[in-house]
Amino acid sequence: MASVSEAKSLVLDRITHRFASGTMAVSDINLDVKGGEIIALLGPSGCGKTTLLRIIAGFIGQSEGRVIIGNDVVDALPPNRRAVGIVFQNYALFPHLSISENVGYGLAARGVDKATRAKEAQRLLDMVQLGPFGERLPRQLSGGQQQRVALARALAIKPSILLLDEPFAALDKNLRLDMQIEVKRLQRMAGTTTLIVTHDQEEALSMADRVAVLSHGHLEQFGTPSEIYDQPQTLFVNSFVGTANKMKGVVVATDASGAKVALEAGGEIIARAPKPVSASDKVTVCLRPEHLTFVTDDTGFAGEIGMALPLGATVVHEIKAKDGTSIKISQARTGGTPLREAGTPVRVAPLAPGLATVFPE
Amino acid sequence: MKSATTAPGDVTSFSLGLALPLGLAFAIFFVLPLAQLFYLSLHNDTAATVWGLGQYIKFLTDPFSLAVLGSTLLLGAEVTLACLVLGYPIAWLYQRSGSRVQTLIIMIVLLPLLTSVVVRTFAWIVILGRQGIINSVLQSLGLIGTPLRMIYTQGGLIAALAQVQMPLMVLPLITAIGRIDPNLSDASASLGAGSWRTFVKVMLPLSMPGIIAGCTLTYAAAITAFITQSLVGGGQMLFMPMYLYQQASTLQNWPFAAAISIIFLFAVLAIVALFSTLGRRARGYGDAR
Ligand SMILES: Nc1ncnc2c1ncn2[C@@H]1O[C@H](COP(=O)(O)OP(=O)(O)OP(=O)(O)O)[C@@H](O)[C@H]1O
Ligand SMILES: [Mg+2]
Repeated sequence: MASVSEAKSLVLDRITHRFASGTMAVSDINLDVKGGEIIALLGPSGCGKTTLLRIIAGFIGQSEGRVIIGNDVVDALPPNRRAVGIVFQNYALFPHLSISENVGYGLAARGVDKATRAKEAQRLLDMVQLGPFGERLPRQLSGGQQQRVALARALAIKPSILLLDEPFAALDKNLRLDMQIEVKRLQRMAGTTTLIVTHDQEEALSMADRVAVLSHGHLEQFGTPSEIYDQPQTLFVNSFVGTANKMKGVVVATDASGAKVALEAGGEIIARAPKPVSASDKVTVCLRPEHLTFVTDDTGFAGEIGMALPLGATVVHEIKAKDGTSIKISQARTGGTPLREAGTPVRVAPLAPGLATVFPE
Repeated sequence: MKSATTAPGDVTSFSLGLALPLGLAFAIFFVLPLAQLFYLSLHNDTAATVWGLGQYIKFLTDPFSLAVLGSTLLLGAEVTLACLVLGYPIAWLYQRSGSRVQTLIIMIVLLPLLTSVVVRTFAWIVILGRQGIINSVLQSLGLIGTPLRMIYTQGGLIAALAQVQMPLMVLPLITAIGRIDPNLSDASASLGAGSWRTFVKVMLPLSMPGIIAGCTLTYAAAITAFITQSLVGGGQMLFMPMYLYQQASTLQNWPFAAAISIIFLFAVLAIVALFSTLGRRARGYGDAR
């Protein structure tokens, strides 16, 4: 991009919003986004992602808290004075305007003359690889093309913050991957601080510098993709991001690095404890399928093979633990990985002690 | 109709079959009389025995007749404009209100349709008359010395007609505005447009289908509102429906009355066509430019 907009930071300070109907959509959200970062807002349906985005854009006035863009508290500014670009889930292109008029719309609102507008619109359309489509109407484009127009339209005003609400949800899988790469490329070029709303964890982990996981209007964890995946701070994050086997147990001892837990299924496991636990607490232990391995010594817990699923590059075994819990274990498929027969007694343990995580009930 | 012999899956012939009763009624009670009217208008004498275009020539060369036509078309335009200017904000408000307020707005808008036209018209006479409500209030407040003349004026007539035709404007507008994606005005705002710009550039063009429908209905209803025109307008103002009535009923000049009807009909059709052409042009959809 010819001119790089100055990347501004975004701070959400104790944002809480209650709708008139009484729904508490977001509560006490603190987020500190550095200039130029891509942040993913990840969470299940109804957790308040769109509400948060609409608060930042200024469409909703939050009940409590402040939105700070750069050095300015923007709460008193209407949406048209915030310089926040937004791409809606349904794109919201103006159906009666041509593609090039859509892209030039924000410049027209800023009083830019027609010739400059047309030139700038053309430059942006070239950038999203839609150069020849300027004269068409939105409904004459495919979903993915409309999406790129919406992106070009939002970028045309050189926003200090770019918001994308589930931008890829309506696209099929291949196109989605292309667009994810495309958006990331454009974002890097423009250097715009960007928030992407998604409920697709792969999208969040692959695109974002940092991920904010939301549940029921609360911020569960805010960290880099590997922090979110490898060091989940809550049970929700551990089971929402990636897959997790959950086992019940009781803490027998604790030390600085974690806790030793006696599983209901028999056996003991040493697990990392992000939230403090103490001896004789009832806890849930989370074990990711790829962090488990079959052992021949007496560590871990015992069970028997329920089913073997050869899934291409990985092999997944489902194991019935002694208390009936179903546990999945996945392994890379190498020449030496035999499929195990149903009913075979096995012992399973984490690859390393830090890979199990324990959460208080 | 072939509906009985076609396979049940054939949707088109099904709907044609279902449209049959209405189509028949339309043919018998509308197309037939219209043809008869046209036949009648093509005669030069009152007894309808001599063929000719005399009635049309008479109307189109008579300044008085043309003036009546002109003032009728103008009245329609004024009432339509009044309805549009007053009705658009109501439709707008409706789309932005909660369900209870929406019910209230619909009630108020529909109320004129639910009262008898005669009762409603006399209510306007009571309100606008020399000793009417407005005049007595203004007089008792000492704002005016002598009563204002409101009844039997163009302004009074426009007010009365606009009130009655309001639902015909507001209902299509509510539908059209409701169909606009609410994200569009948010998108416009986030791109830096103020509310006026958003209204002119986005909301107005996208509500054009409702504006056209509303204007067409209001216009057609206003220029043919015989009772309101006669009672609130009084004797000084003559409009096409009354003119037609006089020729047919009082003067028994049926061929001339028929010619007036046909001319009136085509004048209205021309205006309606103009509305939709203008609308389509303003909207700009439908063809890629
Ligand atoms: N205008 C509104 N009035 C009342 N409640 C609302 C309104 N908009 C959203 N909510 C409620 O607020 C909560 C959060 O909604 P929000 O749209 O932010 O969810 P989301 O995370 O974007 O979900 P999704 O992934 O399905 O889009 C939901 O419980 C929803 O029902
Ligand atoms: Mg949403």
